[in-house]
Amino acid sequence: MSKANLLDRRQVVFSLLADRKDAIVVGGLGASTYDIAAAGDHDRNLYLWGAMGGAVTMGLGLALAQPKLPVVVITGDGEMLMGMGSLATVGLQKPGNLSIIVLDNESYGETGGQVSHTGAAADLVGVARACGIADSRTLSTLAEIKAFAPRLQDISAGPRFANVKIDKANLDRVLSNRDGGFVLNRLRGSLGYQPI
Amino acid sequence: MHGRTEASAEQAANWPDDIFSILQRYDVRQVPYVPDAGHSQLIERVLGSSTMRGIPLTTEEEGVALMLGAWAGGQRGVLLMQSSGVGNCINMLSLTQIFRFPFLTLVTMRGEWGEFNPWQVPMGSNTQGVLELSGIRVLRATHPDEVKDVMEAAASQAYNALTPTALLLSQRLIGTKVFVK
Repeated sequence: MSKANLLDRRQVVFSLLADRKDAIVVGGLGASTYDIAAAGDHDRNLYLWGAMGGAVTMGLGLALAQPKLPVVVITGDGEMLMGMGSLATVGLQKPGNLSIIVLDNESYGETGGQVSHTGAAADLVGVARACGIADSRTLSTLAEIKAFAPRLQDISAGPRFANVKIDKANLDRVLSNRDGGFVLNRLRGSLGYQPI
Repeated sequence: MHGRTEASAEQAANWPDDIFSILQRYDVRQVPYVPDAGHSQLIERVLGSSTMRGIPLTTEEEGVALMLGAWAGGQRGVLLMQSSGVGNCINMLSLTQIFRFPFLTLVTMRGEWGEFNPWQVPMGSNTQGVLELSGIRVLRATHPDEVKDVMEAAASQAYNALTPTALLLSQRLIGTKVFVK
């Protein structure tokens, strides 16, 4: 693969979410959450600042509870590696409305850029497919990203998994809200649920 | 001597049905679990239910995150696991403090009350302490006739007061696992 053509993470997330409509978006801790915040704050964003490895199962719980809404998990390769078993859990439940996007820079950008397993050995698309997520693919160009984005709205054909090789640039942080209670109740409110 | 007689689990147990009824009444919809023999009757009821979805996990911490997602989407959950699984959940239990969501877990105990397998003892001995250090309130049921009341209290404080709660189901209650007859 030509490392020179790796995608810009902000551009990828912006393109995926530009026409998100009613979708609920879960962001894995670290840069993925900053990317989602940079694309625009939204009542239906669930930002994580911790709970590493939990983004996919959080998305699964949401997808099962709200089967008529698209649920999109956007996370990094390190976070996905920590929760790799959750791909098997998703593969068993097969929620049609769940999409999992991994922004794969083959490194732990938040902690100094240490290399991750995906650079040399681990193939997350292969893992996802082997866990029963038949629609698992690599996205390599911005044109492919833009062609893929409308598929996020298809709530009957999931679950789907896409691995996007992005460049390692450490961009300025765009800090999302980090008050869990606020973010949770705002999301619930947008779905018609009141605080207790 | 390592032989034991079959324990109380051999008798027709009503308490798993009591737990199931209470979960039904609280409209619990998502039931993530890592299987344990002590939960087998309850898991069967869940898998046979038209309103609840049993969700097998690869590791217990997935269940904590899943329940947060469920609540964000308007549904209540309950996490079923064995005491050894509590150790797998520690970092993910942070979610209960960050998000203040209705968290209830039912934990079948090993490593106590005549345990045969020494590997169960370290985690079983620390299960309650680990939960309490993680900000989870712990209730325990030891006798079949108290399960209903304790479960009622656990469900009420978890679902009505958003008090993260674990109900420990004692090994004395579920019956000591027999390895050699």
